[in-house]
Amino acid sequence: MSASNKITAGNSRLRSLRRWGLLFVGPVVAAFIIGFVWPFIQGIYLSFCSFRLTSDATFIGIGNYLSALADESFRYSFGYTALTAIVSLILINVIAFAVAYALTQGIKGSNLYRTVFFMPNLIGGIVLGYIWSMIFDGILSAYSTSILLNTTFGFWGLIILMCWQQIGYMMIIYVAGLQSVPEDMLEAARIDGATRWQTLTKVTIPNVMPSITICMFLSLTNGFKLFDQNLALTGGLPYIIQPNGSTVNTTEMLALNIYNTFYNANTAMRGVAQAKAVIFFLLVAGLGLFQLAYTRKREVQQ
Amino acid sequence: MADKEHALAADRRRKTALSILLGVVCFIWCLPVVSVVINSFKQNTFVKTETFALPTDESFAGLQNFITGMTFGNYPFYKSVLYSVLITVVSTFLILLFCSMAAWFIARVNNTVCKVIYYLCIFSMVVPFQMVMFTLSKTADTLKLNTPWTIPIVYLGFGAGLAIFMFVGFVKSIPLEIEEAAAIDGCGPIRTFFTVVLPMLRPTLISVGILEIMWVWNDYLLPYLVLDINEYRTIPIHIQYLKGSYGTVDLGATMALILLAIVPVIIFYLVCQKYIIKGVAAGAVKG
Repeated sequence: MSASNKITAGNSRLRSLRRWGLLFVGPVVAAFIIGFVWPFIQGIYLSFCSFRLTSDATFIGIGNYLSALADESFRYSFGYTALTAIVSLILINVIAFAVAYALTQGIKGSNLYRTVFFMPNLIGGIVLGYIWSMIFDGILSAYSTSILLNTTFGFWGLIILMCWQQIGYMMIIYVAGLQSVPEDMLEAARIDGATRWQTLTKVTIPNVMPSITICMFLSLTNGFKLFDQNLALTGGLPYIIQPNGSTVNTTEMLALNIYNTFYNANTAMRGVAQAKAVIFFLLVAGLGLFQLAYTRKREVQQ
Repeated sequence: MADKEHALAADRRRKTALSILLGVVCFIWCLPVVSVVINSFKQNTFVKTETFALPTDESFAGLQNFITGMTFGNYPFYKSVLYSVLITVVSTFLILLFCSMAAWFIARVNNTVCKVIYYLCIFSMVVPFQMVMFTLSKTADTLKLNTPWTIPIVYLGFGAGLAIFMFVGFVKSIPLEIEEAAAIDGCGPIRTFFTVVLPMLRPTLISVGILEIMWVWNDYLLPYLVLDINEYRTIPIHIQYLKGSYGTVDLGATMALILLAIVPVIIFYLVCQKYIIKGVAAGAVKG
């Protein structure tokens, strides 16, 4: 009796709630259409068009995609982005894990250290870029060069910047993972006479594997999407001129390459830029959805 | 017995060594910020040649860099600060209010329309900004969303995905009975939401709020493309504009502005550290 009453009450409540849909969901849906849905659909459409403004588009088929894939600077930036993402992924995760492991050993001052390591994460990309460009140029000016003149320095400069910014963030996730390793498993390993190294590799690391996967995905997508830091640190410089007269910026990542194709003097390239953006979206979204699916699977298992 | 004491002593030594090692790394971690502080008090010509030296009698510039920086690039710095604060506060408020309302409705009604909206939100989280930057800035222009007072609507739209995702996740964990009791007591949906649901959402409100504040405050490309930058410059736009415009760049004054830009962030961090670390870690799903 009471159960059926409850269901009726719940149903009528739901029905009365449904009438309020416009008020509760309306503002977000309106803003979401303006800020995401419409620009996204228009972006897909424009990638098949030749255009300078959104209003003068003419449909041209897949020509933009062919031009994008034939563009030397785009292919170069793809390789450069992949290399930057993978090198930074390895360095960030190895160091972040080491720091997190050290911090969970019950040492003095671990709270202070955690605070300091995480701090760079809050500084915006543009500001970060300029802080580090001052530091690198301060070092390099002694050798009469600059981070803007040398591709190798530009590459490692960006890697150092990314490490400084992201290690603290990944460290937080690793600390949470390490703290959830069951104490009795560690105790059992100790009693069985396992060395510290054996305990780490055979007990601890298998138990924090979910955190490791999350952090790897995060640093990979962070690397692929990097823009502000790239723009502020080197802006893609130095450039080289190809035999066919086109230029390739040697420290330019994908996001910056797309930006430069959109907003350079040659507005006829905007269709190609939008096609590049769609390719970039497919790449990043593929990584992101894979990660989301993985995270959800893990939640179910827990 | 002696063996055990020996092992304990070795363990203590190991921990002390580890602590000192991390202390050294921490010190290195602080150096970039320290160098900003040092150089903001140095004359321009010395920033490049003596980057890591403390200011000397010769290179010390006093507060001159800060005074120069205030009107640097023919744009008063205080205006950048005001616009940054305005955009961040209004955007965060709109996102928290409207996304929590929408998320509650979506989680409770859960019909086809709600599911479509929810999955679109998740989808929007993995779309990089470059995909929509051109069309979004044109749309915003057409709809006159290109001022600091209206750009929060763009932020609400582009930031809705993560916020709704996080709110829906939390609402689903709240037992329905509490809201039912309120409904039986005669509460309409609006009163139920604001007096019963919203207070329970507090932890998620803080996490989402922190994430949005950090995103909007540091965002460069969206406001740069949407706003008319001759009139409206947020702090990141202003700093990029100073360094990006070629010619004589006053590095001392730039460092002074960077210092002014990061000091509030660091204070904010030290005050709300616990929430920030928790909030940022909760947003890890976004990637």
